[in-house]
Amino acid sequence: MLLAFDWTQLAQQIVIGLSSGGVFATLAVALVLIYRSTGVVNFAQGEMAMFSTFIAWSLVHHGLSYWAAFFLTVAISFFGGVGIERVVIKPVERAPVLTVVIVTLGLFFLVNGAARWIWSPEVRSLPNAFSTRPIDVAGVAFSIQDLGTIAVSLGAVGLLWLFFRFTKLGLASRAAAVNPEASRLVGVRVSWMLALGWGLAAAMGAVSGMLTAPALASFDQNLMQPVLLYAFAGAVLGGLDSPLGAVVGSLLLGVLINLIGTYVDWVGTDLRLPVALAVILGVLLVKPTGLFGRAEVVRV
Amino acid sequence: MRRGLGIAVWALTAVAVLALYLLAPHLVSDFHSRDLAQAGVFFIAIVGLNILTGYTGQISLGHGALMAVGGYTTAALAVHEHWRDVWTIPLAGIAAGVVGFLIGLPALRLSGIYLALATFAFAVAMPSLLKKFSGLTGGGQGLRLLEQAPLQVTGLSGTVTVFGHSTTQNHFLYYLTWGIGLVAFVIAWLIVRGRLGRTFRAVRDSEVAAASVGIDLARTKTLAFAISGVYAGVAGALFAIQAEIVNPLSFTFLLSILLLVGAVVGGLGSLPGMVVGAFFVEYVPDLSTHVSSKPGVPDFIYGAAIILVMILLPTGAGGLLRRVARPLTTRLYLRP
Repeated sequence: MLLAFDWTQLAQQIVIGLSSGGVFATLAVALVLIYRSTGVVNFAQGEMAMFSTFIAWSLVHHGLSYWAAFFLTVAISFFGGVGIERVVIKPVERAPVLTVVIVTLGLFFLVNGAARWIWSPEVRSLPNAFSTRPIDVAGVAFSIQDLGTIAVSLGAVGLLWLFFRFTKLGLASRAAAVNPEASRLVGVRVSWMLALGWGLAAAMGAVSGMLTAPALASFDQNLMQPVLLYAFAGAVLGGLDSPLGAVVGSLLLGVLINLIGTYVDWVGTDLRLPVALAVILGVLLVKPTGLFGRAEVVRV
Repeated sequence: MRRGLGIAVWALTAVAVLALYLLAPHLVSDFHSRDLAQAGVFFIAIVGLNILTGYTGQISLGHGALMAVGGYTTAALAVHEHWRDVWTIPLAGIAAGVVGFLIGLPALRLSGIYLALATFAFAVAMPSLLKKFSGLTGGGQGLRLLEQAPLQVTGLSGTVTVFGHSTTQNHFLYYLTWGIGLVAFVIAWLIVRGRLGRTFRAVRDSEVAAASVGIDLARTKTLAFAISGVYAGVAGALFAIQAEIVNPLSFTFLLSILLLVGAVVGGLGSLPGMVVGAFFVEYVPDLSTHVSSKPGVPDFIYGAAIILVMILLPTGAGGLLRRVARPLTTRLYLRP
């Protein structure tokens, strides 16, 4: 058994895992963006990403190339996210956290329903974003699609990091997340920073959805539900208040589920998520705030 | 004098609730009393969830899976051990209580959203686990009480005779579910107004402060999970008895989500509000299919309804109830 171990296959499986992990990471970062500033897990994040993907599908259907549709959809999603925040989240800004969580659950049903209303519930497909032929790296064949997916998702996360690290607006929105009262005093418009967060989260979600859909032979309105579960798990693994943690956690999770699914026979596809969650739970019991999370200091 | 008035108000409320309980199925058709019974299942589960989330401050995304434990206990006892279905209810409650205690164990280390992940993992794993252990659970097919254990189903002939009174099966299910629901409500009320309830609220409001006045956090949290589990188990048993079938699809993650929606719409930290929450979960999806059955439209309306209720009543129906009731009760107790 050990003699027959195939290092080429292991390398290939790891890259496939990183590619799905990259997709989880974009959505996980979206979850972190909203969680960090409001303490709310946005259950509708996956459905918003699905809606963006359907917008991209319509654009491609009307003759745009995949990449033109990609960037246009990211822009549309940004404004859509800001709009959603202004219309449904702002009215409950001062309500208890769980109330806002339930609003995002309502948003889940609403967006899913709207997508099936607008685009009838039949399966459809997006063209491949990358060439499907394999590429040879040090004697091992990798698919260009997987490598491209990793590059685009990490690129999107990297751009977001540059924005938060090097722009004045990015600094202001980080400040608003850490200490809303003090930020308000120095002139940051905290409420609009939340809207900005929702917009950026929606844009990241759109990237995630548009990377998920072409890899599948066909998709429907339930496209992003499993991705949301994995993204949530990945973000929690890394620590929900840390974007870096969310990325690392999601990549680890992607590799983990792929390796478990390949090498542990009794797990199969059905038990992949439960087993991955059990592993995460084990990690959390040792480190309760996730790998990169910071323990919150509370004043009593 | 004022004390007498207070007792009179309580007694009147109790009589009114009891009268409503006895009369309600006669106000709607026989068929619709089954819907009422279903709302009762949600009511029991949501009251239990409220003890855990509303009073103790521990979020659970896994109550649907606890209902599964109760439902499968009932179905398995009826099918494999030939128990009469209604007699399995206590055991279903105990089984889910034990499981509730076990999933409460991570709560000793985790809090907030990280605890939610633990319960969420349990909810997501449940359908696959049920399929995996097919010897006991019947796998993807589930357990069908009507075919596999018809002798154990109460009221198969269409009527049920209890204490010499004969009622239809639907009315029986209604009386059974809401009867248990009322008892469960009173027990919950006794729990939350007593010493234990104060302990729960102390843990919810500040764990550090609670620990420093000598409250055993570990014991309190796991106890809240166990009590909440018993409620979910009883609700699951009643679900199995009403549906006469359990399968992995009856208890998906969506069920756990809907229970949480019901608890928040009803108003966390308010027990009477849970009636509203249960009716919301039971009836609003039905109502929205009445508006239009075009694909997607019912879900769209359901989502919009949830959002609207939350914007208009951020603290749920219970919050509204408190606001309305406070001037009345204050006047009652403070007038010279």
